[in-house]
Amino acid sequence: MMFLNDPINFIAGWMRDLLTGWGLSNGLTTVIIYFIGITVLIVFAMVLDILLVWVERKVVARFQDRIGPNRIGPFGLIQPFADIIKLIIKEDITPAGADKLLFNLGPVLAIASVIILWAILPLSSKIFGVDLNVAVLYLVAAGALGTLSIIVGGWASNNKYALLGAFRMVANMISYEIPMVVVLLIPTILADSMSVQKITQAQSGIWFAILSPLALIIFLISAIAELGRSPFDLNEAESEIVAGFHIEYSGMKFGLFYAGELLHAFTFGGFMAVLFFGGYGGFFGLEKIGFFSWLNNPFVQAVVFLAKAMFGYWVIMWIKYSMPRIRIDHMLAFNWKFLTPLALVVLVNTAVLSKVLAGLPNWGYVLGMFFSNIVIGFITVEILRAYGRKQRKAEAKLSPQSAQNQEQAA
Amino acid sequence: MTADQIIFLLCAALIIVSALMVVTTRKLIHAALWLVAALFGVAILYVILQAGFLAVVQVVVYIGAIAILFIFAVMLTRREMLDKGAQTRSNWWLPALLGLLILAGLIFLIIGQPAFGRTAAAMPEGVDTLRNLGTALVSPDAFVLPFEVASILLLAALVGAVYVASGNKE
Repeated sequence: MMFLNDPINFIAGWMRDLLTGWGLSNGLTTVIIYFIGITVLIVFAMVLDILLVWVERKVVARFQDRIGPNRIGPFGLIQPFADIIKLIIKEDITPAGADKLLFNLGPVLAIASVIILWAILPLSSKIFGVDLNVAVLYLVAAGALGTLSIIVGGWASNNKYALLGAFRMVANMISYEIPMVVVLLIPTILADSMSVQKITQAQSGIWFAILSPLALIIFLISAIAELGRSPFDLNEAESEIVAGFHIEYSGMKFGLFYAGELLHAFTFGGFMAVLFFGGYGGFFGLEKIGFFSWLNNPFVQAVVFLAKAMFGYWVIMWIKYSMPRIRIDHMLAFNWKFLTPLALVVLVNTAVLSKVLAGLPNWGYVLGMFFSNIVIGFITVEILRAYGRKQRKAEAKLSPQSAQNQEQAA
Repeated sequence: MTADQIIFLLCAALIIVSALMVVTTRKLIHAALWLVAALFGVAILYVILQAGFLAVVQVVVYIGAIAILFIFAVMLTRREMLDKGAQTRSNWWLPALLGLLILAGLIFLIIGQPAFGRTAAAMPEGVDTLRNLGTALVSPDAFVLPFEVASILLLAALVGAVYVASGNKE
């Protein structure tokens, strides 16, 4: 039963006994066990990634009224392996004039910036890499490496389109990092900690998605921008710059960028689950009742977490395949004139209310938080409506057709 | 040698080699990326010293913001910044000598410290360094004044940047 309740420590303890039994020193054993643990985590993430290729292709097919891969294996499940074989046997081309070292470094950094996020992703209360007390900031730091990978890849390709894609991506990521950092502070305030384990445990009664729905929406938007997925896929806008930063990459190097993007989207779905949907827990106190105590099992928690992460991933895909691409000036204006001020208002509101409402009973706290968010959301929509009307009026006055209409009326 | 020492030595080697490459490599963009490597090495040093917050902030601020802006500026120049000709300044040995002197002085000072050669005490259980840092930054008997002065300075810079960017509308 030990294995079922705490699998990682059980296996680690068994291996420690085995290795020290073979006469290895204690320090070396620790290094070996950590090394194996890291390898297993990475392999798990990469195998999941193979599955995600299939999920992505099936879901996009449904959104576009197609069936998707269905020829190889049941439901086309073997399709990703066929894709991988194709990518591996393709000719690997390095363009003339490319910076060879940096050209190869780009895809490696792209996948590494995602994999390091898995170090802090809590699959369950017992299955996780590390429980950092600055995990929320770590998420932002890993994003910086992702930006770096795209700059390096785009610059080293020695291609104008690639360079343009890299420029756009940097503008995109540097801008949307700000609302993301601001909005990440809201779960931190609500849980009184930056550790993802503590944030998860703080949501065992009520999800932060209910306490601060606006924060969830802002996080989702800035996460999609950080991923560079549609409607923020300016970095690879096919109709303008062919394929953007990865235009010169072929074979498995392109595959790494692609796999990195899919895994990144899923990982952000996971962080959405952790920060706003209770992560592996969040059963509204159900797990404390004796009958439902099996919900505390690490394997059940892991399944719950992966299901919630998959839901977040599905939402990101849903937006990706149903939204047109945003124009670059709109993208920047939307961030600086709308998203960042709104994120700051929500942050101040949460910080003040969490102290003001601290004395109230639990239901008062929840209702106060929820309705303050609704009020802010309502005011935002009203301001946007007034602004939109003003702009439409100004346009109507300018357009030649309206001038004609006025003439006819006169 | 413990694992910590091996990690420290590897990381120190990384920092020194990349710092050297920053000033010796001829491609500007490579220099910027070597700078990223050096900064990353410093972040690892912070982790070894159990200052996780500093390490993450180092990556966010120095790599995520400053180095990326460096690279962005270099990228705009394309290949023209590739330095091909002979060195124009021949007195490079002067700063090198100065640097070595400073290094020797620092080593001399550090060896003189009573704490030199002692292993660091383990962090006591249950100490939340992040919370202590946060409290220190806003408590009146600690660093609230420098903290607020720095924020006003940044605000002034922000307002100035907005003014410059908006152009003089007369």
